[in-house]
Amino acid sequence: MKLLPSHMSDFNVVPVCHDIQINGQTIGLHDSGILWWPEQSTLVVADLHLEKGSAYARRGVMLPPYDTAATLEKLAAVVYAFDPARVIALGDSFHDSHGSDRLPPAYRAMLATLQLDREWIWITGNHDPIAPVRLCGEAMDEVTIGALTFRHEPREDDHDAGRGEVCGHLHPAARVRRYGRSIRRSCFVTDGSRLVLPAFGALTGGLNVMDDAFSSLFEPRRFSAFLLGENRLYPFTAARLIAD
Amino acid sequence: MDKGLLPDRFKNWFDSRGWSARPHQLALLDQLSSGHSTLLIAPTGAGKTLAGFLPSLVELSERGSRKPGSIGSTGIHTLYISPLKALAVDIARNLDAPVSEMGLDIRIETRTGDTPSHKRQRQKTNPPDMLLTTPEQIALLLSDPASEKLFASLETIILDELHALVTSKRGDLLALGLARLRKIAPRLKTIGLSATVARPEDLRAYLVHQPDPALRAQSHVVQVAGGAAPDIDILASRERIPWSGHSARYALDDMYQLIKNHRVTLLFVNTRSQAEAVFQELWRINEETLPIALHHGSLDVGQRRKVEAAMAGGQLRAVVATSSLDLGIDWGDIDLVVNIGAPKGASRLAQRIGRANHRMDEPSKAVLIPANRFEILECQAALAASRRGDQDTPDLREGALDVLAQHLLGLACSGPLNADETYCEIRSSETYRHLERETFDRVLDFVATGGYALKSYERYARLKQDKDGNWRIAHPKIAQQYRLNVGTIVEAPMLKVRLVKSKAQGRRSPIGRGGRVLGEIEEWFVEQLEAGDTFIFGGEVLRFEALRENEAFVSRTRSQSPMIPSYMGGKFPLSTYLAKSVRHMLATPASWKQLPKQVGEWLSLQQQNSKLPEEDGLLVETFPRSDKHYMVCYPFEGRLAHQTLGMLLTKRLERLGAQPMGFVANDYALSIWGLRDLSTLFESGQISLDTLFEEDILGDDLDAWLAESSLMKRTFRNCAVIAGLIERRHPGQEKSGRQVTISSDLIYDVLRAHEPDHILLNATWNDAAEGLLDISRLGELLARIKGRITHTRLSRVSPLAVPILLEIGREPIYGEAMESILEDAADDLITEALGQ
Repeated sequence: MKLLPSHMSDFNVVPVCHDIQINGQTIGLHDSGILWWPEQSTLVVADLHLEKGSAYARRGVMLPPYDTAATLEKLAAVVYAFDPARVIALGDSFHDSHGSDRLPPAYRAMLATLQLDREWIWITGNHDPIAPVRLCGEAMDEVTIGALTFRHEPREDDHDAGRGEVCGHLHPAARVRRYGRSIRRSCFVTDGSRLVLPAFGALTGGLNVMDDAFSSLFEPRRFSAFLLGENRLYPFTAARLIAD
Repeated sequence: MDKGLLPDRFKNWFDSRGWSARPHQLALLDQLSSGHSTLLIAPTGAGKTLAGFLPSLVELSERGSRKPGSIGSTGIHTLYISPLKALAVDIARNLDAPVSEMGLDIRIETRTGDTPSHKRQRQKTNPPDMLLTTPEQIALLLSDPASEKLFASLETIILDELHALVTSKRGDLLALGLARLRKIAPRLKTIGLSATVARPEDLRAYLVHQPDPALRAQSHVVQVAGGAAPDIDILASRERIPWSGHSARYALDDMYQLIKNHRVTLLFVNTRSQAEAVFQELWRINEETLPIALHHGSLDVGQRRKVEAAMAGGQLRAVVATSSLDLGIDWGDIDLVVNIGAPKGASRLAQRIGRANHRMDEPSKAVLIPANRFEILECQAALAASRRGDQDTPDLREGALDVLAQHLLGLACSGPLNADETYCEIRSSETYRHLERETFDRVLDFVATGGYALKSYERYARLKQDKDGNWRIAHPKIAQQYRLNVGTIVEAPMLKVRLVKSKAQGRRSPIGRGGRVLGEIEEWFVEQLEAGDTFIFGGEVLRFEALRENEAFVSRTRSQSPMIPSYMGGKFPLSTYLAKSVRHMLATPASWKQLPKQVGEWLSLQQQNSKLPEEDGLLVETFPRSDKHYMVCYPFEGRLAHQTLGMLLTKRLERLGAQPMGFVANDYALSIWGLRDLSTLFESGQISLDTLFEEDILGDDLDAWLAESSLMKRTFRNCAVIAGLIERRHPGQEKSGRQVTISSDLIYDVLRAHEPDHILLNATWNDAAEGLLDISRLGELLARIKGRITHTRLSRVSPLAVPILLEIGREPIYGEAMESILEDAADDLITEALGQ
């Protein structure tokens, strides 16, 4: 088991972002899957799903107990690289409501270290509808800062709700085809008004952005996906993406 | 004939048919009545199956008849285990006649995945005398708490097609099941029925209890001399034989002529898509509308049963089939077997040919149709082997650890598991004879809590120790999970193919619910399709419409030629034995006169323009072509070893600055191409070929590549499913949405980063090294060619290199350059994407 300080981490984070406009705000998308809002010194991360392994183990499916370590190591590397004043965890930070309670002491300490000297907001999600226990940070259902609103699940009911909405929940992934081979990656997806972040957790899969779940959020073919790559993002318009 | 062995009732029955028991049938009866487990090796048509059942039928007939209305025996007397459920059903039907005609009071039943649950339940409370079943059903029965009672009076186990079973993980599962059955009923005798194999001692050891890892106990053996030598020919077509490809389309008229000239013809091909293509082409020229059918494992079960019944009923003139028909089902009156494409192994070919003609005294008749020029060499080598009676069946494997994990959970479901006793029991099976205690303990720990170094799952353990130290399942749900997960066959994820009306033809309305299901197709294949693409399935050209949940919607189309080829190579690489023969043949121009003239000319041209590959060396050719530089080498070690080698060489060349771009491999050769002038790099000594092919390539380079390879991830998924780490996908589950199914790739990544020595990663490595990578064979190759590499610089492609270059674009091209593909795809679109 490894719990390394950031400078010894396996994750080499170069804090260079791909800048885009969301509801008039300039924000950066990073290849680790986080959003960086320099004007507010705010880092946003979605769907950590901590303690997913142990949630399965409770049901007799013995997944490796290292997902929390893997996710936190990567998160620590990103947080130390950007050194934000504020971190927003965009919901489903824990895989179930008891996840924060099960969090082993070593990881609890690691998380506490990470939270030192910065504001930390736990947005509640469908997997973790209650505030995490014995952890620093403030829990809320959603938060609006300037022109942007941060919530876990995108609102489908209200057309205006999409304006400036930054959310997670859907675990977007996209598939492209080239030279007869298809490649599927986690991605950001946006129409310039709303932004959905990829899931950050180590054991989190992805849902293709061509799935019906996205069609009520974005007008068909009027959105772009930014696929996560090594030290860069790969932008594609919806027309170039294919379904699974 | 020893009159004493066969009771009158049996003798009379044989007499009434005008038959007499064959010597090997009596010899087997003799061995079994003396209590000896025995391996019967006989060619097809020797009456193997009847021989296997005879001892049990005799024994049961002498038991005396039961009182009418009695519940019957308390346990199973004889188990018959076959690799195919269809075979079990078929045999049960065939036993019907003798049993009823002799008036024997013996109840015979089958039990397969298709047996209704009320019947399965009844079989446990009121078992038949003989149960005909599969390895998976044995595993399920053994996990039942009542298994001891059910098998306590077991006398005989008949293992059919043993040579086919033992070389797979199913063979491991069966070996573990046998060990348990022997423990329950120590007196039981086993009978192995096998085709001729290279190493019969392996099968003999498999049949009996192994008391000591240092000694190898062996069963008795009854061997039947091969019947009449088969009458095999290689098709002498007047058509031009293609350089490459696998369709054998050039020989269609010849095939049709053969079908016309025989009563019933069985045409074997290596892959499903080949079967589809040949079937479709045959019907295109089938002017006399001869009844020709198609049979492969992906077709709907009902469709397959129909073909099988029509075949048995003599209504067909020909069946185009894949290896789903390879094993011993009796197909009636086949008088010709046609093998299309390369045989891949001498024994494999012999077994296929045995399908024709179930009368061993007459020669089986077969025609080999090579699909390309290299395959002619391979066919010639197989033909020679067949005439000499040489065998190249694979060796017995070491028992796999994922299978062991599954078995241990099953044992714990049947009752408390004592680790010491179970360890001894496991080691009494041939395949796990060398299992070390430490490994056993790690597997047991895996079953209990996942086997992680980080002991955080103790409280969720699936197995817990009771006060006596025995392991028990923590919850009845664990047994349910086990039952859903049992078996070692992990199918590639499959999608149903459902027929709908074409969108292109009608209104723009959404696609409706659609019509009937045509069969199943691999998910990866559908993933590469876009709406409108056409492909062959079930003997017709279909148009892909859409993917809906776990179904691929397709429509009929008038298009004659499918757009998407789907040949992915055979599952079986060229056997070492045949490879050696082919190398010898190439290096010996005197032997070319037995080859067709055009092939001889092709090889002579190679001799003039380049060089011939030496028998024990390696020829490396380099030449420029359009704007790239090519390197082609001819190891003849089979596609798996070549793919591995290609991957490793590409990595190495990349590090040496040669800028390789991709490679393609087939059974005979490997080609790598790149941007830099390889001829000069090799000739100037900037890159030394000896260093390039140095054996150390199997060290760090291999590890580094494998870690990231999708091939390892696929292998890991199979191991994880068999071992019970992730649950099998069952029909209907897909609907819950793909984002909730945990990807085994992610589990693999996390596990590799945090616990690279985990038992399941060990199991994955063993699997990959043995099966998919062919590491041992690659190692032998590198050792063989050491100091014997010949480089030839050419100005253009050599005759021998043409086939492999033609594969480019047909076979998948390898290279792990996913990032650069994304880069290429994204960069020309970047402006567009940013202009939002």
